[in-house]
Amino acid sequence: MEKFLTHTGTALPLRRSNVDTDQIIPAVYLKRVVKTGFEDGLFAAWRADPNFVLNQPQYAGATILIPGPDFGTGSSREHAVWALQNYGFRVVIGSRFGDIFRGNSGKSGLLIAQVDQKIVEELWDFVESQPGTALNVDLAERTVTAPGFQAGFEIDDYTRWRLMEGLDDIGLTLRHVEDIDAFEAKRPEFLPKTLPAKVAGGS
Amino acid sequence: MGKTLSEKVWDAHVVRSVAGEPDLLFIDLHLVHEVTSPQAFDGLRQSGRGVRRPDLTLATEDHNTPTLNIDRPIADPVSRTQVETLRKNASEFGVRIHSLGDLDQGIVHIIGPQLVLTQPGMTVVCGDSHTSTHGAFGALAFGIGTSEVEHVLATQTLPQPRPKTMAVNIEGELPPGLTAKDVVLALIAKVGTGGGQGHIVEYRGSAIEKLSMEARMTICNMSIEWGAKAGMIAPDETTFGYLKGRPHAPQGAEWDAAVEYWRTLRSDPDAHFDAEVDLDASQLSPFVTWGTNPGQGVPLSGRVPDPEEFSEVADRTAATKALEYMALTPGQSMREIAVDTVFLGSCTNGRIEDLRTAADVIKGRRIADRVRMLVVPGSARVRLQAEAEGLDVVFKEAGAEWRAAGCSMCLGMNPDQLAPGERAASTSNRNFEGRQGKGGRTHLVSPPVAAATAVLGHLGSPADLVGAVAENR
Repeated sequence: MEKFLTHTGTALPLRRSNVDTDQIIPAVYLKRVVKTGFEDGLFAAWRADPNFVLNQPQYAGATILIPGPDFGTGSSREHAVWALQNYGFRVVIGSRFGDIFRGNSGKSGLLIAQVDQKIVEELWDFVESQPGTALNVDLAERTVTAPGFQAGFEIDDYTRWRLMEGLDDIGLTLRHVEDIDAFEAKRPEFLPKTLPAKVAGGS
Repeated sequence: MGKTLSEKVWDAHVVRSVAGEPDLLFIDLHLVHEVTSPQAFDGLRQSGRGVRRPDLTLATEDHNTPTLNIDRPIADPVSRTQVETLRKNASEFGVRIHSLGDLDQGIVHIIGPQLVLTQPGMTVVCGDSHTSTHGAFGALAFGIGTSEVEHVLATQTLPQPRPKTMAVNIEGELPPGLTAKDVVLALIAKVGTGGGQGHIVEYRGSAIEKLSMEARMTICNMSIEWGAKAGMIAPDETTFGYLKGRPHAPQGAEWDAAVEYWRTLRSDPDAHFDAEVDLDASQLSPFVTWGTNPGQGVPLSGRVPDPEEFSEVADRTAATKALEYMALTPGQSMREIAVDTVFLGSCTNGRIEDLRTAADVIKGRRIADRVRMLVVPGSARVRLQAEAEGLDVVFKEAGAEWRAAGCSMCLGMNPDQLAPGERAASTSNRNFEGRQGKGGRTHLVSPPVAAATAVLGHLGSPADLVGAVAENR
């Protein structure tokens, strides 16, 4: 994973709450077996509307998304993260997020910066009054800054460290493979195994 | 101080715990389906890793699969590729798979419990948010993303920050005819879609203890719809009775050892929960949704709310947008809402008891002329069981379509979809915009409400059928 230290880019205000992952990318777009090309499905239903914020020219090229509360609730599809990244987003700033979406973002290198809803509202007003003005997101300092504006954001220490180091979770876990071996050795015998298969009525 | 149920299960699975890092948890069962796994298997291949524990992994096909003509190749080439990719991956990595046409194929959250691969005290994960279903057995079960699927395949573990705990106390006698679906829809309307964020919740109280295993699965299934990390119910005699004698249940001395352990899986009297919510089951009535998230619900006897009634700006805006999408008017009676389609099925309500409850309502009646009703068993074995009981005949004689097992119309990924503007009463779990097909409008309901609605042609409960049948004949 690429290291994430700071990011400077323009922002896009998405004044909607409860944007679930079905809205971020509908199921019909989930059929690809690779991690690329999902940008076509991003907010697919809403993008048909020419007035939808993603279609407004003043926000073209935005890399920071600022949605309302409870963004990324619902389905566990990591395709929602890939769709945002494939489209060009690097950071999402919001007040509340679905747990699975937040976890998926951390694994894929999309920064979830959590702030109070009051800050979200301020950012919306700021971005709408000065679209195209770049924001700076500093992960080391945990700050969002713009001309005349500064706010801190929250992210857990571990995710922050992993993002800043660009570390792969699986590699980190496999450093402790002897702990896994030891755990496995003492699991109770009665726990089920999928193999060999046992099915109703014999196999 | 004592421990909660979830803390006991969590602590029993910690492989490694270091301050400042998430706990590394061992995963007892990893369920896999075709949508969220291809990129994970691909990742293993690229890094030269294998599946550490194929004997703790089970795959099935459910999201993309059609519910008609299942003996023929899947018509949509992209869906077919995804299913075939899973088959290839299962074969290459030695993972057991129940493919379309196999007697044990079905929705992943129906077949795990059915095979008793889900047992109390286990950790269960799947690249699917409704993995919370398995919590009904006192398992710690939660949905994960594709990166985590790859992590579990490679290591059989998952780094997880310890969530907070919440108790949902549901006391009182559930009125006759009400179901677990009504309970959980009422709960979500009360706490909101974000109410459980960051928490593992434990459903408990006299109303929960009286529920069957299948009803408990319905409740735990929808934990994610109010944002909870997982939902759990302490195992009891009902749980043990369900498990005993099923395919992968322990036998003989192992059964006794298992039950002895399972009996310890309950929150200690002095355990502390970070939050508690109370719900009085005796005050509930059939519950349905009017909006585009599962928290936007009211009793069936109620009315479509006026967005102005909401004090929070975000709720007001969300309600306005939802009413526009749903083409509803504030103040409209819920019972006046006419539907085009009724969907009975899904991991929420696609088990045999759900089909029986709906069949009881529909038996000897006809569904309304302009309504189509899809009845989709959650697994091939649920389908066979229903056919052995003659339920398929009840549904077909009423004019409903009897289908093969799968996720079907719960999500717009296979041929079973709503057309733009089409309105459905659905026993599934999500009424999100476009969830059941682009432009489709969804009202979440219980199986008996679904059945009564199919007969009436508008939202209604079995009680409304008395004297109302004639006008639709």
